[in-house]
Amino acid sequence: MKADIAFGQYCEGNSFLHRLDPRWKIIFVLVYIVALFLARNIFAFALIGASIVGLWLLSGIKLGILVKGLRPLLFIIAFTAIINVFWFKGETPLLPDGWAVQIYLEGIINAGLIILRVMVLVTGTSILLTYTTTPIALTDGIEQLLAPLAKIKVPVHEFSMMMTIALRFIPTLIEETDKIMSAQKARGSDFSTGSLVKRAKALVPVLVPLFISAFRRADDLATAMECRCYTGGNGRTRMNVLHSTWRDGVMLLGILAFVAGIVVLNIFAPGYTFTM
Amino acid sequence: MGKIELQNITYVYGKGAPYEIKALDDVSLTFEEGKIIGLIGHTGSGKSTLVQLLNGLIRPDAGKVLLDGKDIWQEPKKIRDVRFKVGLVMQYPEYQLFDETVWKDIAFGPRNMGMSDEEVKKAVTEAASFAGVKEKHFNKSPFDLSGGQKRRAALAGVIAMRPSVLVLDEPAAGLDPGARRRILTRIKDYQRQSGTTVIIVSHSMEDMAMYCDSVVVMNHGKVTMTGTPAQVFSRADELIAQGLDVPAITKVARALKDEGVDIGLDIYTVNFAAHRLFGGDGIEG
Amino acid sequence: MSAIIKAEHLSFAYQGDEDTAPVQALKDVSFEIEEGSFVAILGHNGCGKSTLAKLLCMILSPDEGRLYINGRDMTAENIEEKDVYDARRRVGMVFQNPDNQLVATIVEEDVAFGCENLGIPSEKIRRRVDEALETVGMTKYARHATHRLSGGQKQRIAIAGVLAMRRKCIIFDESTAMLDPGGRKEVMDTICRLNREEGITVIHITHYMNEATMADRVLVMNEGSVIMDGTPSEVFSRADELWAAGLDVPQTTELLWKMKEAGYNVRLDIFDPEECAMEIARAISEKR
Repeated sequence: MKADIAFGQYCEGNSFLHRLDPRWKIIFVLVYIVALFLARNIFAFALIGASIVGLWLLSGIKLGILVKGLRPLLFIIAFTAIINVFWFKGETPLLPDGWAVQIYLEGIINAGLIILRVMVLVTGTSILLTYTTTPIALTDGIEQLLAPLAKIKVPVHEFSMMMTIALRFIPTLIEETDKIMSAQKARGSDFSTGSLVKRAKALVPVLVPLFISAFRRADDLATAMECRCYTGGNGRTRMNVLHSTWRDGVMLLGILAFVAGIVVLNIFAPGYTFTM
Repeated sequence: MGKIELQNITYVYGKGAPYEIKALDDVSLTFEEGKIIGLIGHTGSGKSTLVQLLNGLIRPDAGKVLLDGKDIWQEPKKIRDVRFKVGLVMQYPEYQLFDETVWKDIAFGPRNMGMSDEEVKKAVTEAASFAGVKEKHFNKSPFDLSGGQKRRAALAGVIAMRPSVLVLDEPAAGLDPGARRRILTRIKDYQRQSGTTVIIVSHSMEDMAMYCDSVVVMNHGKVTMTGTPAQVFSRADELIAQGLDVPAITKVARALKDEGVDIGLDIYTVNFAAHRLFGGDGIEG
Repeated sequence: MSAIIKAEHLSFAYQGDEDTAPVQALKDVSFEIEEGSFVAILGHNGCGKSTLAKLLCMILSPDEGRLYINGRDMTAENIEEKDVYDARRRVGMVFQNPDNQLVATIVEEDVAFGCENLGIPSEKIRRRVDEALETVGMTKYARHATHRLSGGQKQRIAIAGVLAMRRKCIIFDESTAMLDPGGRKEVMDTICRLNREEGITVIHITHYMNEATMADRVLVMNEGSVIMDGTPSEVFSRADELWAAGLDVPQTTELLWKMKEAGYNVRLDIFDPEECAMEIARAISEKR
């Protein structure tokens, strides 16, 4: 049961975003991130806000999952907010003179925009990639996008094979850890009480067998792969070749429109100019 | 009163989730003191869950586990003491070996119990001899031993805690017939000499028939049969209906009855069959 | 019928560390495996059967002797990596630990792995993978995650991976040892069907007697040598030699053996409980 955690954030589904070509998705994410950082004024940020709602609608993912994904960011968000609110020197003071601290309207707006950007950055990339793409498709996408680099001796295939095997064995090793922990608990190991040092020490009887077993598995796997005629990436074909569809075209147009929108709003729309 | 008593135990995996699975469903069971009890059931019958409940690795959702008449979860903080009293040898226990030497590895449990050096020495020597770990291996790394030797060292590591109940999950899994017989015979001898209550989980009907005093059969999270091997294996039809097999020799006895040679249906070892047929070799097990 | 594998006087020793002597794992082993046959290699742990498997799939090379695969001498001096690769395209392996031989997270991707290595075009791989999954009865699991399958199912996926490469011979290196009885039956049923219906040559290394009774021929190994070679009936009727080699015989054979010792005139080459009962009944009435 525990092994399920390892499958990361992928949410089963068949939405528009789920069906995009992973290679394109990686490109879209890069463009999207750049666009986020291009935004200069409050209107451009409004467009960013709208884009995240659009992505959410296209992904068919439950809102609760997205909110959950933001939870680890709370600290960073609070931290940036405080820094911006108290240290930003603007033109519109909000507190009466003579107070020990001063807060400016611009500071608050700035903080709001930064928070929006961080939240959109995390949620948007998650929706585009991790929530709607299986790890294996992602690996495939990266491998095929980077394929030209193999010509200048970058070990693209090896890297992607490593990723694939890691993904395959994470659940197995989690299960194994669980088993070994139970076995050592049955011999009186105590993982939950005592000082930090004591607890770290208690992990030795778990880690040693775990590593030994991982090496044994690696050895077995290498033999098995050799027997299945694996000789590296040269001359290898794939069963599933990635295909671009009309969906990728539509999404490309959407993303380009989004970038254009931000640029246009940056130039022509008046309003607070965002600094950072 | 039995050594261990289960009272109306229910255990659910993934509680509240849509895929929740009831691994044990209102199970009540008594394990007699000083016996070897076999626990049979196919994969997913709930027997592995039951094993982990016995020494408090998991806590039942409902019901009580009584050890010597006392609820093991009465003081959850003292659950470690229960684990010393109910020794558990997990499946493929050789994968839990970790220390530099065989000796130190066997001593791991006793040291966790807080035994003095003197006591540890005695406990380890005793356990090693019960499990058949040779003295010349004491200073070797456990990873240099052969498969069968590793298994015995792991067994010694649990016996060294001197548990009053020893639970073994598939102790002979993956071993060849000779090694299988040797380790099971060791367990039986240990039980006879120490008077420990032994609970063995196994898929092998032949082994269960040979080594157990009584047998518990589980299916779909419930106990479906209990009794001596003769009683249980004479109900071959029910066992087969639960996806289990019966020893080949039991099938021969049933077929013999159809052929007009009635040696009884409670046959479960070859020697027993031979004895009933022509008085050869005597009764064993 | 021609021999797909031919071993002549194979010997192999594991070189120990400086302070330990080399361990002679195989001594002068010779046999031939006919195409389309089902051969079980039986022996206790440490008898050399796993070493033999490693020699047959060319992970180890013998110290002495010759090994022919499909008529090609794999021990010849001029043998190149390409020839080894070529031989591996003909002889596949399924290993003991179901977890350690699956490469991909998704069932069909794993089955495709070998074909991808061979450089077969995509559409062709797709067809072969679908066929292979069908043959082992795992079609509906094609898109499932490999780690969620049962042991028996994992082994069937491994078999499908070998089949998709169109190999005519599969070596099973204790592939049933880590499975529960249900999983073992699943795998044995698949093996028997492949041999009978698809004409695949099967070499099944095991220490389970009842699995060996399903083969056409049984080789028994002890201390690095082949000590018996014959049909299951021939081999199991020599119960005393098997016991001496640290092996068991089926319970039926054991009972018949005991009857024979007690002076009854019974055949020893029967494994089926009902046939065994008939034979006993016959022998008893004969004696009366």
